[in-house]
Amino acid sequence: MPPILEITNVDAGYGAGPDILRGLSLEVEEAKSYCIIGPNGAGKSTLLKVIAGLLPPRSGDVVFRGESLARRRPDQVLATGVCFVPQDQALFPEMTVRENLIMGAYLVKDRALVRQRMERVFEMFPILEERTNQDAGKLSGGQQQMLAMGRALMIDPILLMLDEPTLGLAPQVVEQIFAQVRELESLGITVVIVEQNAQRGLELADWGVVLDLGIVRFEGPAEGILEDPRIRELYLGKAAGTGEAK
Amino acid sequence: MGVMLQARGLDKSFGGIRAVNDCSFDIEEGTITSLIGPNGAGKTTTFNLINNVIKPDSGSVKFEGTNITNKMPHKLTRLGIGRTFQVTRALDDMTVLENMVVGSSTDNLRAIIGSRMLDSEIERALSLLEFVGIEQYAYSRAELLSYGQRKLLEFSAVLMSNPRLVMLDEPAGGVNPALLERMVDRVRQLNGQGLTFFIVEHNMDLVMDLSDSVIVMAHGEVLIHGTPEEVQNDGRVLDAYLGMA
Repeated sequence: MPPILEITNVDAGYGAGPDILRGLSLEVEEAKSYCIIGPNGAGKSTLLKVIAGLLPPRSGDVVFRGESLARRRPDQVLATGVCFVPQDQALFPEMTVRENLIMGAYLVKDRALVRQRMERVFEMFPILEERTNQDAGKLSGGQQQMLAMGRALMIDPILLMLDEPTLGLAPQVVEQIFAQVRELESLGITVVIVEQNAQRGLELADWGVVLDLGIVRFEGPAEGILEDPRIRELYLGKAAGTGEAK
Repeated sequence: MGVMLQARGLDKSFGGIRAVNDCSFDIEEGTITSLIGPNGAGKTTTFNLINNVIKPDSGSVKFEGTNITNKMPHKLTRLGIGRTFQVTRALDDMTVLENMVVGSSTDNLRAIIGSRMLDSEIERALSLLEFVGIEQYAYSRAELLSYGQRKLLEFSAVLMSNPRLVMLDEPAGGVNPALLERMVDRVRQLNGQGLTFFIVEHNMDLVMDLSDSVIVMAHGEVLIHGTPEEVQNDGRVLDAYLGMA
C-alpha cells in the first residue's frame, strides 16, 4: 500500500530564522499510529505545523493522498482530511462546548451530519455532553484537551495530529487522554502524536520516529525504539571526555 | 576556590503546581556549571528564583556569603551577577552601542542626569563588541541584528557590569553553528580569566563538552549533580528525559 502522507526533503523555519527542519523526509502509512520523539528543538512541533499548512515549507513537498499540501492554506489542508490539534489547543474560550464543536465542523454544510458527528463525540467524551453549554475557557485542563480532540473529530479526519496532548495535565487525566487516543486509533484514523513523555507516547503508537536537529535520525516499531543505543547520545549528548564532542 | 553561589531549599509553586521543590545546590567559583533537565523540570524558574525575578515561597540563596534571597535584580548586578534571558531582550529602536550602555547600570550620577553615554563606557562597550565580533554593528539599530547576533549582543552587554558570575539562559538556542562556536570560545576565554558560568542549555553536546559540573533537574527537584561523565552514566537521567522516572 502506498503511504498516505509523503514528506520529501522539507526545509522549514520561522521568519528570518534558521532552518528548523533540514531536508526532512518521512512516510506515513494509512491507519497506523506514529509517535514522534526527540530532544528539545528537534523540530517535532514544526513538522506538524508544516503538514497542517500553518508554516509553508521553504523547500520540499508534503503530499497527502497524491495531492501536494505544501502551498495550501490551513483551511484547505483541513478540507483534505488532515487535522491538527496544537499544543495550546486553540479553543474559543468564550464560546460554549457545543459552539466549539460546531466550529470544528465549519466546513461541513449538512446540519444532520454535524449533529450526528456531535453525537459520536459525546459518546467518546461523555463529560463534554454534560458540559455542552459551559464556556470552553471554564473547563479543566483535561476537559479542554478532550474538547480540542472532539472538535477535531467533527471534521471526520483521515489523519489526526496531536501536539503534546498531555502537557501540564495531572497523571490520572493523562491516562484518560491516552485511552481516548487509543480509541481514535481503533476508529481507523491515522494518528501522529508528538509526546514529551517518550515512553508513554511510544506505548500508544505502532511506529516510532526519532527526530534530531530537523531530520529523522531513525525510525522503527515503537516498542524497540527506546532500546536503541542512539537514544542516549541524542538526549544526553556525545560521551564527555572523548574529545569527540563539539 | 570555594562555593560562590549557594541555593538552599528553594520552593516555588504556581497555582498548585510545584515548579521547584526543595532545590539545593552549590556553584563553585571558577567553574562552568550547567543546569539541564527535560522540559518543565524547573530550570528557568530556578534561574528566576536566583535572580529574584520571581520570589521563592521558601528557601534562600547566598552569593559569596551574602544572602541575596530578596535582593532586587539590579542590586544583584552590582554585587557581580550578570544574566541573559532565553528570549533576547535587545531594545530594537536603540543602537547596539546604546543597548550595551543601558545594560551597564551605571552609578554615575552625572551620566544619569545628563542622560548621555560616558566616553569610558563607550570605550568599554566597543571593546566588548569587538570581543564577541559584532563591533561593525555598534552604530546600527539593534533590530537589524540576526537572532544569533542578538544573543552575542546580550552576552556582551552582560559583561559591561563586570560580573563575577554570568548566568546564561539557553545561549545556544537558535544560534547558527559559526556564531555558536564563537560564543563557546568566548565563554572558555572568560572562564580562563576566572569568570564563573552558570548555564541553562539544551544542546547536550555543548553542555557535556563545556561544563565542569552538571546539575540535572526533573519535576522541580535536583536529581543529580556531578561531572558530565557521571551524569551521562547515571541511568536516572536518561529515564527522566524519556519520561520513565
